[in-house]
Order: sequence, then C-alpha cells, then structure tokens
Amino acid sequence: MTARADRRPVDVNALIGPYPYRYVPHPDPEVLVRVLEREGLRGAWVGHLPSAFWRDPIPGNQALFTALEPFRATLHPAPVVRPDWPRWEEELRACVDRGAAAIRAYPPQWGMPTHDANLHRLANACGEAGIPLLFTVRFEDLRQRGNLDVAGDLDPATVRGVVRAARDARVVVTAAGREFVEFVHWGLTPEERARVWWDISWIWGPPDDHLAHLFRTVGSERFVYGTHWPMRLTQNPRANLDLLPDDLANAKLADVDEIARR
Amino acid sequence: MTAARATLAGPEPLIDVHAHFLHALTGREDWEAPNAARLRAGDRIGITVHVASTLGSWGFTSPTYFPSPRDVSVGNDAMLDLAEREGGRVKIYVAVNPNDTKHALAEIERCVARGAVGVKLAASRRADDPLLDPVCELAAEQGLPILHHIWQHRRREWPAQEASDGLELGRLAARHPRVAFILAHIGGGGDYAHTFQAVKELPNVHLDLSGSGVDRGMLDGALEAVGPRRLLWGCDVTMETGLAKLRALDVIGLEREGMRDVRWRNAARIFPRGSFPMLEQVAA
Repeated sequence: MTARADRRPVDVNALIGPYPYRYVPHPDPEVLVRVLEREGLRGAWVGHLPSAFWRDPIPGNQALFTALEPFRATLHPAPVVRPDWPRWEEELRACVDRGAAAIRAYPPQWGMPTHDANLHRLANACGEAGIPLLFTVRFEDLRQRGNLDVAGDLDPATVRGVVRAARDARVVVTAAGREFVEFVHWGLTPEERARVWWDISWIWGPPDDHLAHLFRTVGSERFVYGTHWPMRLTQNPRANLDLLPDDLANAKLADVDEIARR
Repeated sequence: MTAARATLAGPEPLIDVHAHFLHALTGREDWEAPNAARLRAGDRIGITVHVASTLGSWGFTSPTYFPSPRDVSVGNDAMLDLAEREGGRVKIYVAVNPNDTKHALAEIERCVARGAVGVKLAASRRADDPLLDPVCELAAEQGLPILHHIWQHRRREWPAQEASDGLELGRLAARHPRVAFILAHIGGGGDYAHTFQAVKELPNVHLDLSGSGVDRGMLDGALEAVGPRRLLWGCDVTMETGLAKLRALDVIGLEREGMRDVRWRNAARIFPRGSFPMLEQVAA
C-alpha cells in the first residue's frame, strides 16, 4: 500500500443546511467544496445542521446523503444516529453501509442525562462498526443564543463517560475550548485519552495561547482540523495555527484517515 | 542572518483599535506572558500599532467593570509605562469609571498629558446615563474617540457588569455628535445583527470588528449596515480571530481602498492628529 500523497488537512467539523436560530449564508455543499479548495483542505466530514434540532434524525440523514452524492470525493457524510430512537441500530448499519465517515450525536439537544446508557450503547456500537463518534460541544457562543435555544453545552462528563464505557470507541469532539479539553483529557487513562481527538475550531490563540498550551501539554497529535463551517469563518483555524509560537511551528495534527481506519 | 518573515496580514499598515495588556497588580503570576504573546503575535500579523487599555486591576482588587479610582489610576499608569517602553507600537486609551466623575475627568487630563489618545468606557454605568455626559464633553473638547464596551443586544442584566447595547450607545452618540464612538467588539458576545440596525444611521458610531466571535455573515452584515468607512479592525483578547477576519474581508470582496480604511485609515481619521506619526508619513 502506498502512502497518501495529499497531506492537506481534512475538516472534521463542517455542516450543510440552515441553522434554526439565525441566518447562515449559503450553507450548501457546492459552496463548501469551493471553500475547502480555497482554504487548502482536502475534504470534510459533513453533517446536516438541521438534524441536530430535529427529533427524528433519519430524514436528515437521507437529505445529507442525497445532497453530498455529487461531491463524495471531497465531502464525506457524518450522519446522526439517535440511540433513544426505535431501531437506531438499523440506522447505524445503514449509515455505515452508505460510507459514513463518522456518526454525529447530540446529547444536549436530545435532553440526555450525563451518563445515558443509550449513548454508551451507541458508542460501543460505533466502536464495533469501526466508525468514529463525533460530538459537538456548542453551535454558538452562549452569549448570543436565542430564547428558544435552551439545550446548553455538552458536558465534559458525558465525553468521559462515553470513552470509559465503550472500550473500542474512537471519539472526536468538536467546538470544545481549553477547559473542556482538559476536563476530559486529564480525567481519562492514557489508553482512554488515545481514543479521543479534538477539533481546533473553538480553541483560543494568542495572547492567552490556549492552543499552544494544549499542544505542549496534551500533544498536537490529539487535535484535528475543524472549521465549524457554515457557522464560523473557515479562516479561523488556519489563522490560529499560523500564530503558534515558533517552537510549535512544526506541530503536526492527527491524520483523520488514521482515526477512521483503526 | 535569516531574512525577516513576511507578516501574515501583508505589508499595509494595520491598527488594532481594541487591545488590552495586563500588569503586575492584576493577580496573575504569569501577567507578562500574555503581554509578550500579544506583541509576538502582533509582529507576526503585522500590527503597526496596538491601541490598548487596562481595566483597573482586572478584578483582583476591585471588579473589572467597576474599578475603584485607585485601580483605575494604577492600570492607566501601567499602560502609560508600557506605551513609553514600546515606543510608537503601543498607544493607550485612558480607562475611567464615570461613577467617580471628578476622578474620571482628572484622569483623562492626566493621561492625555502623558500620551493617551482615546478614552475607554467599559460597563460601570449604562451608556445612555447622563453621568457619561461630562466625560463625553471632555472627549469632544480634546478630540478623543471613546471606545465603549458593548453587549450586542443586551436582553437582561449580566453579572459583574452594567453592560450597554447598541441602542443605548446610540442615544449617547446622538447627544454628542462631535465625539467619535467606537462600538466595541461586534464579535464579543450577543447579537450583532441588532447592533447593526441600532447604529446604522449614526455617523459618529464606528464598529470595531474585534471579539472571539467569527460568525459567517457578521462581516457582511457590518459592511452592509455602515460601510467600510465606519469599520475599525481590532482583536481584543483573541488575535487569531482578528487575523481570520482580515482574511475573510478579502474573500468577501472588500476592495483595496475599503480594506485600507478598515485596517488603519479610519483609525487615523478619528484619533487625534499625531497619534500615529509613522502612519501620517504613509498617508502623506
């Protein structure tokens, strides 16, 4: 097997579709393809934004696979599986069979308690199926949320619980800040930490240098490239990496292909 | 000898109108590290001038947004000392608490005499409160812009501050048309879309683009509401978001002259003449 020549990053945190609480400009897959090209990204794991707020995610998965079909060389579906929904195991199998890159789950939006047994079952099932499970800490800054947007942020304890409960699960957490990362990372064993990756879309750069701090303490190999498009500017993670102190100029992020392949 | 690296934001002048520094009496042992990081990142981005303030003791000996007179002065002195050490690349806003009106006015006079180029009002008193009028009158007299901390679309009281929103600042700006107001950090929390509607017809209110928020659509909305002549570039406490916004402005099609306005020319227009000597040469 030859080594992959294209070393450009993959965005693990992209979405398509409208957001229920504010206008988001042209959140369409053909636009995303152009944005990835412009930003020098090889591809993206793409979720369906409205599905996070729908009770039944299955129609959203169908819409996602259909919308991405013409762009599958670049855009890799990350559908939703809701483990408190009847026949979720079938939906997981269907998503895997259709080539999903990762499975998204939204415990706060589903009102799940921190240590929800269904969520642990989903994590185990993803582990057995060899597909990463992806969480979203938040969609927007807490300070701007509307009155209807009451789900709150993901709890770090939820991630710790999932990783401990599902020994084969590989977990990607998006939109976490420094504290969240540390509350999970240092609350896990080395073996457990090695199954968790963090996207860099919401980690602050200078002058507080949270990203640099985490690269030095947690290790850059635990982080992956994420933009949170179409909610946030795609330029932000690149700017953050560009502003790392000189001693971290050659820091390497994790290879998402390796995460997906294990 | 190694060649100097090109700056990430290009060679054009760039003024950060919303910067902060810490000092030794802020209760943080590592206070020098973020200061050094700001200057390091500023050099890498290509920031020509950081226009900065310190909000008292940053909560250590009195609250950040309700600083005591003593802490106000200590913070301003620390900023003045830093600006002197750094030469032209750091300029300062004199921060004041308008509840201590006499102290605030005296502090403005004192710090302007030592080189302050603007006034910083944070969240000690609502923006449309008459108590702010004497401060604004003095700013008008001295030709100083006022950077006012804003919570975009404040829908309730927020803890630890008496925050104001665009409507409240708009009322103050309407009472003081000779003062250039800088509405702080449209990316700094709250709903910027509310702000755009609140101030679009007020020519003396300029929007600063700083803040950790990098929502897609925010820059487009700001440009549409007030145009490039009323936008000012800044970082506040996250510099990567500042760099990202510059790159995004380019992508969304802000033309070269508009970009120069946002990067530095608008700041050069509203700060007192002589605030940025190196840029006056460029402008000439």
